[in-house]
Amino acid sequence: MPKLKQAGIHLYQWFEDRLGLGKPAIEAAEHEVPENTASWWYVFGSAATVLLMLQVVTGILLGLVYSPSAGQAWASLEFLDHTVRLGWFLRALHGWGSDFMIAIVLIHLAQVFLFGAYKYPRELTWIVGVLMLLLTLGMAFTGQVLRFDQDSYWGLGIGASIVSRVPWIGGPLVDLMLGGPIIAGPTLTRFFALHVFIIPGLLLAFTCIHLWMVLRLGINDWPMPGRLVSKQTYTHDYHKLTKETGIPFIPDAAWKDAIFAAAILFAVMACALYFGPFGPSGQPDPTLIQTAPKPDFAFLWIYAVLAYLPPSLETPVMFIAPVVGIAAMLLLPLLSPEGEKHWSRRPIAVLMVAVIAVTLGVFTHLGTYTPWSPIMDAWTSDPIPPAYLHDRTPLEREGALVLQNKQCRNCHSVGGAGGLRGPALDGIATRMTEDQIIRQVLQGGGNMPAYGNALSPSETTALVHFLGTLHVENERDAIDASRKLAESDHAAPTSAH
Amino acid sequence: MDPNQPIAQEQPVDEATRIRQAGHSRRAFLFKLSLALNGIVGAVMAVPIIGYLFGPATGKKSAEESWIDLGSFADFPEGETRLATFRNPITTAWDGQTGDIPCWVRRVSGTTFQVFAINCAHLGCPVRWFAESKLFLCPCHGGAYYQDGSRASGPPERGLFEYEHKIAADKLLISAGKMPTLAAKCGSKPQLTQIANATPVQPSTEEMPEPRCESCQS
Repeated sequence: MPKLKQAGIHLYQWFEDRLGLGKPAIEAAEHEVPENTASWWYVFGSAATVLLMLQVVTGILLGLVYSPSAGQAWASLEFLDHTVRLGWFLRALHGWGSDFMIAIVLIHLAQVFLFGAYKYPRELTWIVGVLMLLLTLGMAFTGQVLRFDQDSYWGLGIGASIVSRVPWIGGPLVDLMLGGPIIAGPTLTRFFALHVFIIPGLLLAFTCIHLWMVLRLGINDWPMPGRLVSKQTYTHDYHKLTKETGIPFIPDAAWKDAIFAAAILFAVMACALYFGPFGPSGQPDPTLIQTAPKPDFAFLWIYAVLAYLPPSLETPVMFIAPVVGIAAMLLLPLLSPEGEKHWSRRPIAVLMVAVIAVTLGVFTHLGTYTPWSPIMDAWTSDPIPPAYLHDRTPLEREGALVLQNKQCRNCHSVGGAGGLRGPALDGIATRMTEDQIIRQVLQGGGNMPAYGNALSPSETTALVHFLGTLHVENERDAIDASRKLAESDHAAPTSAH
Repeated sequence: MDPNQPIAQEQPVDEATRIRQAGHSRRAFLFKLSLALNGIVGAVMAVPIIGYLFGPATGKKSAEESWIDLGSFADFPEGETRLATFRNPITTAWDGQTGDIPCWVRRVSGTTFQVFAINCAHLGCPVRWFAESKLFLCPCHGGAYYQDGSRASGPPERGLFEYEHKIAADKLLISAGKMPTLAAKCGSKPQLTQIANATPVQPSTEEMPEPRCESCQS
């Protein structure tokens, strides 16, 4: 046994004499970090790196089977899901790994922001980190394209439509993005190149730079209220702190990173096993238009924002907001390299994180059920509740049929079923008078198209009579005061006769 | 400077380093020359690479659009809007189904047609025709258009994109080939084009899109 050990050491030494990488690697692993950084709050960066490695490995494994051809990509995904042994699990790992990576990267970003880690001397580490966030999102978008299904196809259409709005160069940019006049083979191959070569190459290079700077400048020490960062004293103070309280990163601090990384990998595996892979949904055949395209989770909030922006503001907001947002993130450490690091003394920073998190959360939640989208088959699938047909006249029942046939249900819910784009029609009689309903139906307005062309007078009468029966219990129906007055004026002279 | 200091002491070292520091030794010159040479080679190589990369953006629009046969115009019933599909004129062998493009054909009456792109003018999602309510609805963000393609409500800034069309030898032809976007609108003809040389058909009042008051458009 000692002989074997001796042989092992000898072998290592043989390589070390030639490579010389072992010594600096061990030194880097054992470098001293301030004791207060050995915290569970400091585990997100390493977890993101581990997830990146998972994505690289699972991505390469999927690449063994995937066919980046517009005509065959979808079939190769189905082949992976159903024919290749454990192909579905690899797809699921890659998909869930992507969602976890975005989540962990965002948490990492919020944590280093709240801990003031972007301040001197780690400004460039933050800036490179922002670029890595953008690359991660780029990976998520291009990855969604490679899952070449209906959502991917129309997602590309949404992307091209957004790009086409760029002033002056929108047209050529769309051509560059699609690689041809339409979304087709050349589009998929260029997104394949982006997803497999260009973005991961940049992401790995930036990860090395990011890590190198963490090693070179030292991990951000745990902030203390009142301990201000100053360019004159920071480096000296940090080295003093490291000297006084330093512990070797491996093993004294790194075990938390390792445990968290293992937990995250386990969670990815559990999700992959339980929920399975994402899609593919329908075939990427543009002639199958019975589809409601939706982006992946990470982009749902953008999808929601685009639904709520007024048309006139949409293009400016689309291009100004991201530029301002990204510029602000890139410039943050340059504008505020010194001063307070602790979150309890930076209320605006805390407020910003809270507001941004809530905003993204709310828009993402809205994106999951898209209340702005008409439900295309509600008119044939959601019946009028029987209670709404009880004790109604034939004309009113005819109106219920008109409501159904004219597809009003696609945007208006009745009895809790139907679209959410327009207001629910239960109790409409308490909100609008007959005249108001007629005007709204025929002329439209607000967010409603005009139905003057689509309804005959008799249909309109029936519809309005039916809507007039949708009361709310114990509430009075809407009345037109002026009409009553006009009728009484009209009545007065006749009674005088 | 101390005059007593022997100058000779520094001289032997100086000769070689000074030339090197000044940067005009033969080797330094050759190194700079090699850099310049590589710069030139790089620039020359960049020309085809950039040309290759930007190739898709430099194509002529006229080459991408061509007349496509949608079949006999009599196959489209008058007063109805039907989904038609065509093979894009420019495809690659590996495009598969993505080369099949749908469009909405509205035969107003006689030979008066409107052919709309499938893509919503908002963000390009596929709009669907609802014959009963005479509306095109978009599943993505709820853009709605009237039967003549004009904007009804929702986020789109404008009406549906409309392909240029003509009738030749009883065939309905459209000019298509490129995905319509706000930057590349297909055919910018006004609505309800009357085909030249065709028998003018007086559209009945029912078929003509009714003028809508301005307030309803907002």
